[in-house]
Amino acid sequence: MWSAIGADWGRQPRILRSSQALGALLLQFYAAPASAKAPLSFLSGAGPRNVSTLTWGVLIISVLVVIITTAILLFATFARRERPPSSTSKERQLVSRAGNPVSVIYAGLILSTVVLFGVTIWTMMTLADIAAPPSKPSITVEVTGHQWWWEVRYLSDDPSQIFTTANEIHIPVGEPVAIKLRSADVIHSFWVPALSGKTDTIPGQTNTTWILADRAGTYRGQCTEYCGLQHAHMGFELVAMPKEKFESWRKDQLRSASEKSLASPGQRAFMQKCAVCHTVRGTRAGGRVGPDLTHLMTRSTIAAGTLPNRIGYLSGWIADPQHVKPGSKMPRLDINGQDLAQVRSYLETLN
Amino acid sequence: MSLIADVADRRLPVGSIGHHATGWWAMLSGIVTEAALFGYLLFSYYYVAVQQHTGSWPPELPSLYLALPNTIVLLVSSGAIWFGERGARRGNITEELFGIAAAIVLGIIFVTVQFFEWHNKAFSIQSSAYGSLYFTVTGFHMAHVIIGILILLSIFIWSWRGYFGPHRHSYVSIGTIYWHFIDVVWLAVFFTFYITPYLTGRS
Amino acid sequence: MTEIEYDRVPDVAEGGPGSELATRLRRFWEGRPGLYGWLATVDHKTLGIRYIVTAFAFLALGGIEALIMRIQLAQPNEHVLSPEQYNQLFTMHGITMILWYALPILTGFSVYLQPLLLGCRDMALPRLNAFTYWVFLFSGIFLYASFLIGAAPDAGWFNYVPLASIEHDSGPNIDFYALANIFLGISTTLGGINFIVTILRFRAPGMSINRLPIMSWGTLTISVASVLSIPAVSVAFFLLWMDRHFGTHFFDPATGGQPLLWQHLFWLWGHPWVYIIVLPALSMVSQALPVCCRRPLVGYSLVALATVLTMVLGFGVWLHHMFATGLPTMALAFFSAVSIIIAIPSAVSLFAWLATIWTGRPDFSTSFDFFAGFIIVFVIGGVSGFMTASVPVDWQLTDTYFVVAHIHYVLIGWNLFAVLGALYHWFPKMSGRMLNETLGKISFWFVFVGFNVGFFPMHITGLLGMPRRVYTYSADMGWGTLNLISSIGAFVLAIGLLITLVNVIRSLRVGVLAGPNPWDADTLEWATSSPPPPYNFAVIPTVASRSPLWEARLGEARSSTPERGFALDHGKETLGTTMLDAVPDVIVKMPEDSLAPLLLSLALAALFTTMMVEAWFWLIASVVAILVITMAWLWPRRSLGEIEGSTT
Repeated sequence: MWSAIGADWGRQPRILRSSQALGALLLQFYAAPASAKAPLSFLSGAGPRNVSTLTWGVLIISVLVVIITTAILLFATFARRERPPSSTSKERQLVSRAGNPVSVIYAGLILSTVVLFGVTIWTMMTLADIAAPPSKPSITVEVTGHQWWWEVRYLSDDPSQIFTTANEIHIPVGEPVAIKLRSADVIHSFWVPALSGKTDTIPGQTNTTWILADRAGTYRGQCTEYCGLQHAHMGFELVAMPKEKFESWRKDQLRSASEKSLASPGQRAFMQKCAVCHTVRGTRAGGRVGPDLTHLMTRSTIAAGTLPNRIGYLSGWIADPQHVKPGSKMPRLDINGQDLAQVRSYLETLN
Repeated sequence: MSLIADVADRRLPVGSIGHHATGWWAMLSGIVTEAALFGYLLFSYYYVAVQQHTGSWPPELPSLYLALPNTIVLLVSSGAIWFGERGARRGNITEELFGIAAAIVLGIIFVTVQFFEWHNKAFSIQSSAYGSLYFTVTGFHMAHVIIGILILLSIFIWSWRGYFGPHRHSYVSIGTIYWHFIDVVWLAVFFTFYITPYLTGRS
Repeated sequence: MTEIEYDRVPDVAEGGPGSELATRLRRFWEGRPGLYGWLATVDHKTLGIRYIVTAFAFLALGGIEALIMRIQLAQPNEHVLSPEQYNQLFTMHGITMILWYALPILTGFSVYLQPLLLGCRDMALPRLNAFTYWVFLFSGIFLYASFLIGAAPDAGWFNYVPLASIEHDSGPNIDFYALANIFLGISTTLGGINFIVTILRFRAPGMSINRLPIMSWGTLTISVASVLSIPAVSVAFFLLWMDRHFGTHFFDPATGGQPLLWQHLFWLWGHPWVYIIVLPALSMVSQALPVCCRRPLVGYSLVALATVLTMVLGFGVWLHHMFATGLPTMALAFFSAVSIIIAIPSAVSLFAWLATIWTGRPDFSTSFDFFAGFIIVFVIGGVSGFMTASVPVDWQLTDTYFVVAHIHYVLIGWNLFAVLGALYHWFPKMSGRMLNETLGKISFWFVFVGFNVGFFPMHITGLLGMPRRVYTYSADMGWGTLNLISSIGAFVLAIGLLITLVNVIRSLRVGVLAGPNPWDADTLEWATSSPPPPYNFAVIPTVASRSPLWEARLGEARSSTPERGFALDHGKETLGTTMLDAVPDVIVKMPEDSLAPLLLSLALAALFTTMMVEAWFWLIASVVAILVITMAWLWPRRSLGEIEGSTT
């Protein structure tokens, strides 16, 4: 459907001259259920920082400008059509400089200046609106970009309230959340299209941004600054939930790993194979290279939004991460079937 | 009436003559791009300097003990080459050769002193961003001084062979303007690395 | 010559083909035949065509890279390419198109046309002209040598640190890009200087600055901009190379360096560069479109002013590439405003073209088709740029396929459409033969449809959130259909370009003979034969208006004399004029063919190769070779009027 419009557009610009077609085009945009069909679309948002009003505004102005100029061009070209002269005819008639319509340029200049100044002011107003959150955020999340995953750390003045997770950010609905952005290696860019524009994570500096979700739901996020081999697979999820559910989620995340799994064969295998890189709080596993796995099973994706967190995918990922995500920092461990099953059953306890 | 009638019958200089020479205009354009080059280098310095939130910038207040006299040496060399070029324009080959030679000698003194100045620094190009900037920017300037000396040497040889005179001295003029440029750039570099730390009161 | 002359009253003559004067000039200006002549030529017409052919070869390379990527992206989760292969391809595609195609193609047209437009016999610095061509060629070969060892640059064309630092990219990939970029920068900077001097000093008598052909305004403007901006990127790549190999810390935050310094230096060059690679194309449209519309350009002064103003503002918007880096709100507001305002001068050109078509009589030639198509894509590329200028919107659009669509509308739309129109317009001048109009029109429709089918959907993929530079995407993102359409469009576009290639090859052999002025155009290049003789004009024309060949029919004073003027036949000579009024100022002695440009560029290639392989002894040897060749090149010559003295 999209495609039809895009293609026809190129072939036959006049199609856009009818306002009906324009209406259809706009409807298509609105009708596209952004969250379901295209999880990274930002044409419909769920918070003030999504700036979809301004986006739509400049988009409509742009479409109108294209339609109007195309119409003028086609009229100018065909309304005064001359027979195509043969290439041998010399000294064809000229239009003299008399009646030089420079005034057209001035008129166009004034019109476009007015529109552009208007948009500049609108831009400034929007910028001022979203520069600072409506109220002081009570929650601060520090997000650190790694090649190719996201470390998520909930900050607090009280050290016992600090915890770390990965690739999944939970926030309460309806209140602004401050995001501090850092990088562990190269420049990445933090983006949750439905909620906010992009902010880069840059080594040696901490950027801050804020987000506010109006509606509960799961929003897709993605790294958008090219960061190497697996830039394509550096997604995350942002889950906006009612305040009380968020609080209970937070309490769960603060827990260390459950005691009952300690000293299982699975845990032994995990300590041997995985603990160098991964942390499981409450155990000796304290690696800082890869994501914190303390509550792995509460997350809905693995490998930074690459695969759903289901047991089959998880096994595949552990058995051969380089197949799923070539170049990933998670090495192929050449793990045997028995160890794999044990590690997997241990991971299943991390909820 | 045809335009050609207005311009015909005028005597026109032929060949590479003074500021009519194509090379003169090319050198002026070249100086613009070289000035831009140093502009970006100094931009890099100031940008990194204002982004410093911790630590000392510069690591030590630069000593003017060698740098200031050396700056004066370079300025004097500009006077010398001006004298030499005037000699070329007047057809006085002795003044021409003397001026160019003096500028070369002063240029070599500048380079030598600058090597000592580098040697005396407590930091290296690898020790910090400041060290990298200091040695790279002054190094770029040094490279230009050395190229300038090579240009002056060529002009000296050609003058020695009696190539230039009142009608044909565009080479001397072109070399001279380049040498002046190198001196002006040094003033900008000198001000940046040696004077601004005193002005900002950091140590 | 037995006597050195310091000044002379130049002879005024009438010159035509076959005249005794023409025969004499040919003897002075015609290069030697054979291999020596081929390697040593300094004729701007030969060099211009070489630039054009070489730039199209790079367009073909970049295009093939693009088509391979489009196969990979046609469907979700394709495995045609590995991530590393994809990253090298998209990086090389960007570098090739932006640096080795987009400006060199325009340089080619300018090198060929400027001396003809201005009424002189060659570029101001003919040997430098040959040198810049060879450097352009060798730097491109240097860059592509990286493919041979499987280590092409892979950090994107803007090559952000720390991704491009030795810690994160330890192979030679980035070094190829860094050194090739500096190498090419030498060519571009010196080429800019050559154009500045040519346009300011080598215009026909009477061609005061307000009569400068509009195309020369474009070239002059971007040449000044090149000279001012290229040092930024050369510095950036040099500092990066130092960081990578000599332990410096320009970009390393741990020791006081700044990763963002890279972005500032890069975009201080990069944004002006965007205008540098489109303004000459726009000015070619402003030059040729009025001919297709049978009238002078509407609003010449405004268009010239807009060209300069766009470039000036173009230096003030570099930060809009860095809106997401965490800048202070004041800076965002300022740079956002300038980035929106910069659309105003572009609008001037647009209205001038529309008014020219409206009040003219379009001839519906293939050139006109390309220019009309150009105007449509110009507007689309313009408004999508306007959208990204608004900071809050840009925070959403940046680094998505919307920006990919935008840059392709600008680079293909503003550059390639104009170039193809210009090719159909000026090919008869260059070859003496017409291109086939039927094939031309077929080619146009393939290119126009293919381009829009290929790139318009990318706006929508961008709005649906597809990030740029991803080697694949998953099916549940909803981008599959749009990407498939884009891939199909890309191939249609490629077919359209192939048709023009066929047309060119065919016309070179069987095309209709063009004659001096097949389009009945108004400027000086059409006052000489097609192709022009080695000396361009038998006499230096004099000019009294912007349309010297149309004066009579436009009812203006008939005072330009394209066929009557200074003969300047005491050897290889042309006329230098004053900067603003173009009053005759000096008779310039022009150099003979020379091998020095080729040898010097080979020595430079050796220098960059030794830097690449870190062979320090050979590096010093290369430097010595460069000094020796330069000295030989510049050694004062009696024949060029550089030496004082009475007789030889």
